[in-house]
Amino acid sequence: MENVATQNLSMPPKKNRLNNIEAFFTDIPKKILLKKFDIPKGISEMETKNKLKHILKKNIPFDEAPSFLGGSVKPHYVPAVVKAIVNRSEFFTSYTPYQPEFSQGILHVLFEYQSMIAELTGMDTINISTYDSATALGEAALMSSRITKKNRFIIPANISWEKKTVLRNYVNNLGMEIQELRYQDDGLVDISELNTKDVAGVYIENPNFFGIFDTRLDEIRETTENTILIVGINPLGLALMRPPNEYGADIIIGEGQGLGNHLNLGGSLLGIFGCKKNHVRMMPGKIVGATHDKNGKRAYCMTLQTREQHIRREKATSNICSNEALCAVGATVYLALLGGLGLQELAITNMERANHLAALLKKYGFSFPFKKQFFNDFVAISPINSKKLNDALLKRKFQGGLILKNWFPELGESFLFGVTEMHSIELINGFAEEIHEILQTIEKT
Amino acid sequence: MKEERYQMAYYPELLLNELGTNEEMDNSRNPLPVSLQRKTLKLPTLPESEIVRHYTHLSQMNYGIDTGIYPLGSCTMKYNPKISEEIANWDVVTQVHPYQDDTTIQGSLQIMFELEKLLCVITGMDAFTLQPAAGAHGELLGMLIAQAYHKENGERRDEVIISDSAHGTNPASAKMAGYTVIEIPSHEGVVDLDALRSVLSSKTAAFMLTNPNTLGIFEKDILEISSEVKKAGALLYYDGANMNAIMGKARPGDMGFDIVHLNLHKTFAAPHGGGGPGAGPVGVRKDFKKFLPIPRIRRDKKYFFSYAHPKSLGKISQFYGNFPVLLKAYIYIIMNGGDGLTKITERAVHNANYMLDRLKNSSYLIPFGKKRMHEFVASAINLKREKGIRALDIAKRLMDYGFHAPTIYFPLIVNEALMIEPTETETKKSLDDYIDALIKISKEEPSIVKTAPHHTSFQRIDEVEATKNAIHNWKEIARLSVSK
Repeated sequence: MENVATQNLSMPPKKNRLNNIEAFFTDIPKKILLKKFDIPKGISEMETKNKLKHILKKNIPFDEAPSFLGGSVKPHYVPAVVKAIVNRSEFFTSYTPYQPEFSQGILHVLFEYQSMIAELTGMDTINISTYDSATALGEAALMSSRITKKNRFIIPANISWEKKTVLRNYVNNLGMEIQELRYQDDGLVDISELNTKDVAGVYIENPNFFGIFDTRLDEIRETTENTILIVGINPLGLALMRPPNEYGADIIIGEGQGLGNHLNLGGSLLGIFGCKKNHVRMMPGKIVGATHDKNGKRAYCMTLQTREQHIRREKATSNICSNEALCAVGATVYLALLGGLGLQELAITNMERANHLAALLKKYGFSFPFKKQFFNDFVAISPINSKKLNDALLKRKFQGGLILKNWFPELGESFLFGVTEMHSIELINGFAEEIHEILQTIEKT
Repeated sequence: MKEERYQMAYYPELLLNELGTNEEMDNSRNPLPVSLQRKTLKLPTLPESEIVRHYTHLSQMNYGIDTGIYPLGSCTMKYNPKISEEIANWDVVTQVHPYQDDTTIQGSLQIMFELEKLLCVITGMDAFTLQPAAGAHGELLGMLIAQAYHKENGERRDEVIISDSAHGTNPASAKMAGYTVIEIPSHEGVVDLDALRSVLSSKTAAFMLTNPNTLGIFEKDILEISSEVKKAGALLYYDGANMNAIMGKARPGDMGFDIVHLNLHKTFAAPHGGGGPGAGPVGVRKDFKKFLPIPRIRRDKKYFFSYAHPKSLGKISQFYGNFPVLLKAYIYIIMNGGDGLTKITERAVHNANYMLDRLKNSSYLIPFGKKRMHEFVASAINLKREKGIRALDIAKRLMDYGFHAPTIYFPLIVNEALMIEPTETETKKSLDDYIDALIKISKEEPSIVKTAPHHTSFQRIDEVEATKNAIHNWKEIARLSVSK
């Protein structure tokens, strides 16, 4: 039996065939015509499903072994409505909406996405996505250089190593230089000696990689007045926090995966990217704009395409073409479902749960290097070897925090813990109890 | 002419903020100090049922491959098997964190490990990375690898050559990797060897090529091209957007390509998602393996992520690639098998040639001979001259028949281009209906065609006005006049 992908595809009847099939491939030099295609024979849909079940059951998802890993992505609940809409094949089997009359549905959704992220961040124009927050940072650095014609780009030393390495790959060959700012004892980046002369842009995160909210908003605005300020945001944190336009941001980037998208081993993510209107022509990526159709009906289409590679080629603002549009659709439905109040409630829950875990860990002997208020990530230093603790937790079906030692050796046996609404109070208590037990066992031995 | 066969759904759908209500923000429980608290957050509140209706209405005003033929050239809009979607929604796929311990993601690692191997077999390359999130992202990585390679050899090469029929991402990616782009004119639709020789030099880092090219023509001088490029000490880069034409028949590795990217959302039947997520894995020859992004995936009884690769470029994506897209490609490959994939290629090429053959003796011009691989480019230049009908008008009019337009005005070397790639998953009837519509349109009253579409949710949309308006969010929508 032919398998599902190719079955029922009636080849035109013999008499309608132009030639024999091989005749289509005669331009391929004989020497390189493939003699043997070394891929096993196809299998049926049922066999495929069984095989995949067999392979994937070796994964331990975090509903079986709850994860307290911190960082740019964390488990969040994905409501059934979001799944139902994102799984509508009218959306997910469509191409980039180059023909707006046939694609008003997704254009309308993406316009709503841009609007809601604009509301959250205080920016004017949001593109329909970059690949993830790390590539968004790379694109932002390049954009700041296009705007200012300068080449020095400043980042905090305390951002994720993934962001640093991706950023370098985006800017390294274009003569840009990256400079790192150390972080202070309180975990915030040190901007006291920031000199923005000859600087294309300054990147800060709020809350930062350690989960800490930056309280120095006026100071940030003043020190970065003469350069491009790029703020890395957490969309959920923005339900509580003043939006970055209020402290002078020109560009914002962030990770939108948590808005209605599954973790999927860290892909597909949603790179949020937005800017103030005066810089929009320097912006990378696709943008949806409002217009009319011939009969005067309000309609939407992709706009300012003369920035893009399919028109401007090497003069384009970026090479990005395919992006993460479907993740943006998920984020839109998610934000629609929660509304402003729901998002705020969720943000408070995240913060409370993180604080609950921190308090328990403190009780069991963890120390806290930074005294500032944090959101849903926090740094805590373990009384025992961090790897040992995580291994012991894993045996008890828990995944501990993210070990920071490789990137921040000065923080000792530190973890970055991430806590969200997925972690019930009972779950957090149970997790802390396990840690307590492990510590006691080790003490005894 | 009366059209009775197709009418797209239409709902006068408002924006969410016009449908819902904005509740006042309540900061009484906000744990932040007052100076840091935001004062307003205008995200509307609606009941769940209304939200579902809103987005269901919108989905019905959107055309996907499940709705009908979508023959965008170089985009390979083939049917996406449902089984892949089902499996990608399993908890063992979705509920997995990227920082989890390797021992808890053995299933995902095995799939990625095996997919890398399968892609090596399909392309004839020695190693693959799955990290790039899209084709253009893969191109950028490929160009960064070229930079690293030449640098290691102590060479400064700062030019990348592309053909004038290349995808727009090629020059844009080369530029982002710091290269100067040199474009060479094609001759009769293929690479002009003399033109290529004249620009190849000790400054050339790489030549980026799609084979078959964007006209759907196989570059039959490919072995000579690759030997010239090599002679100059440069690399040959394969843009895999058109891999659906040769899978199982020929391999870029055997043609002499050094670095390859594939588009899993094209050739390997992962859906396009309305613009993404995609996946653009990059394959390389042995010599370039050490530059591939970390982590690499290794097996030593168990699968694990391996980070100790000092020459690696580091990362190009935050984590390991778009796993659901990788998973769908894996499913597609093992389900079809080598035999199925070859048949897919044959049918894809057959379908394109069948359509091309049927367009003979029509008003459409087929530049550069007539044999094609998986796609072809027709020109509406005659219709423009005789009746003032442009490629754009034809694209819009096709929608009145319920069909998606081809790619238009690309490649740039063909006037009034209609670039058609039907893929293997269209039936003979579907191909016939499409060609019938194209021919019918060529004979229709220009006034009907030039004002099309008439049977879609919206009539022709004014893209110029969108640029002038610069309205990019609903706060700005007041600036949009109610009706023109």
